[in-house]
Amino acid sequence: MPRKSYIAAIQAALAEELRQDPNVILIGEDVRLGVFAGTRGLHAEFGDSRIVDTPISELGVAGAGIGAAATGLRPVVDLMFGTFLYLAFDQIANQAAAMRYMFGGQTRLPIVFMTQNGGGIGAGPHHSQPVHPFFMNLPLIKVVMPSTPYDVKGLLKAAIRDDNPVVFLNHLSLGSQRGEVPDEAYTLPLGKAEIKRAGRDLTVVAAGLMVHHALKAAAELAESGIEAEVVDLRTLKPWDEETVLASVERTGRCICVDESYPVCGGASEWAACISEKAFYALKAPVQRISNAHVPIPFSPTLEKMVIPQPAAIVAAAHRVMATTQIERN
Amino acid sequence: MEPNKLLDLYTRILRIRRFEEQVGTLFAQGQLPGFVHLYIGEEAVGAGVCALLRDDDYIVSTHRGHGHVLAKGGDMQRMMAELFGKRTGYCKGKGGSMHIADFSIGMLGACGIVGGGIPVAVGAGLSAKTRGTDQVAVSFFGDGAANEGSFHESLNLASALALPVLFVCENNQYGEFTPAIHAMNIRDIALRAQGYGIPGVIVDGTDALAVYDVAQEAVARARRGAGPTLIEAKTHRRGGHAEGEEAFLGGQQYRLADELAAARRNDPLLKLHTFIVESGLIPLETLETLDHEITQAVTDAVAFARASEAPDEAILYEDTWV
Repeated sequence: MPRKSYIAAIQAALAEELRQDPNVILIGEDVRLGVFAGTRGLHAEFGDSRIVDTPISELGVAGAGIGAAATGLRPVVDLMFGTFLYLAFDQIANQAAAMRYMFGGQTRLPIVFMTQNGGGIGAGPHHSQPVHPFFMNLPLIKVVMPSTPYDVKGLLKAAIRDDNPVVFLNHLSLGSQRGEVPDEAYTLPLGKAEIKRAGRDLTVVAAGLMVHHALKAAAELAESGIEAEVVDLRTLKPWDEETVLASVERTGRCICVDESYPVCGGASEWAACISEKAFYALKAPVQRISNAHVPIPFSPTLEKMVIPQPAAIVAAAHRVMATTQIERN
Repeated sequence: MEPNKLLDLYTRILRIRRFEEQVGTLFAQGQLPGFVHLYIGEEAVGAGVCALLRDDDYIVSTHRGHGHVLAKGGDMQRMMAELFGKRTGYCKGKGGSMHIADFSIGMLGACGIVGGGIPVAVGAGLSAKTRGTDQVAVSFFGDGAANEGSFHESLNLASALALPVLFVCENNQYGEFTPAIHAMNIRDIALRAQGYGIPGVIVDGTDALAVYDVAQEAVARARRGAGPTLIEAKTHRRGGHAEGEEAFLGGQQYRLADELAAARRNDPLLKLHTFIVESGLIPLETLETLDHEITQAVTDAVAFARASEAPDEAILYEDTWV
């Protein structure tokens, strides 16, 4: 199977969808040029009417995407950095997250708000703060956060074909990550998690960059005889409770790792659900690992302290294993 | 103007007036939940613009949106049922006064956020252009919205992309309870068009024929692909920002005395009525018959709304994910 970068997989997904449906358009700042390469080369094939460069105008562009989606197009709105979605928040929260419902089902909104979420490259507070919990909190919005080149292609294609608004969060620091990506067209269902590594002792729930940190932690834990199962949620809303709960029922221990803040963050949501629905399967308290509750600092040294690292997952794993030992003794 | 077009324009205004009068009465009687913002005094703007539009043209409205729905040809019964929160309403009771939409006639929705609908209209224009149709999109908004970022972003975006959009600012001279002249340091919002490289036109928004003329040119410009226009229609709110606002104001007055007098002098319905009578283009009996029919239709709409059932729990969870 050919190997591609995460960014190249995004390009492939966009090109395939633009080719197969004339109603798909791509709009946003610098989409022709493709500054982060995800949209590069598309203008040459699809031209001005499909690849629409816009002013730096997030609120206006997001709203325009919504109006276009309500009138027959399937726009992909490229908003570059997750934090820029704050500028578009009114349109996403008050329009995209409400329109279909508040108008009694008169419209569908097939729109993808695509951006790069999270930190890890020293981009500083305004370009590194993860935004996904805000959108997980909104009704009617799907939230997708892929971790691998294979996933990003299949999930982006599915998001574009979905008739609901989707916030699609590529990870800022995964762009050059390489992996196997078939040239053939395929989609991956939204709302389905994937077990990226099987293990009997504990479950790590993660998405995006945290999946890679969890896999690193799992490799280290295996050396001390602890087998961690890593569940990659892939879609944060609706999220695959079934797969996660089934895993926790098997392992009896769970660590939720999310690159977001602890208050109402991803880890908090998953942990609450697991505690509620798999309580009697638990051999130890569910652990949450989240970003430190500060803006994302610039210095790489400090940034690493904010974003959950593999070592924190390893430490939490030893903690839950030890808790079990104490209880057993 | 040809008599049939004139009658059409008059009909649109009268439908709005009689509907809104009834809504005001119902609200005062405590029969309607929530907030209600009436369009009385501003009817000539929505009617004058929408008289030029086709069913496949788009409009996006505001919190003061009943008039726009009716001007575009909306159904009174489904509107009234929505105001009562009934399942037979346009939005099954999930939108209410500030969120009525009728996609079947290009009415893409009223909007409870000031300025929130403007970018959506730009998107409808983008869609028309991308699909290669000659449809146009109209964004109605008020003077208050002209101070929102969404207004400025939208004008610039529509201008930069040469989109078929009409930005119709209904300057009723108050953003909620604050006079527009206290909220901006210019008198004419149309001036702002210059900053975005598009035509900005001022029109007497209480004169339906004048609005029609100005909008005709803007619609033609949009249809031929020449880009957007900002129309500032100077108008007046007959009533307050919201019905029952006295409850919030604690006896304070905020209307400027000369403006209130001007509002009374410049009634768009009376103006057009006077013009029609003086011109002799339409017989007076025709106007009277029309008024009876419309008044009856409003009465029927109320009866329909009252007789309709409230939405049930199944409706609560409908219309979420497709």
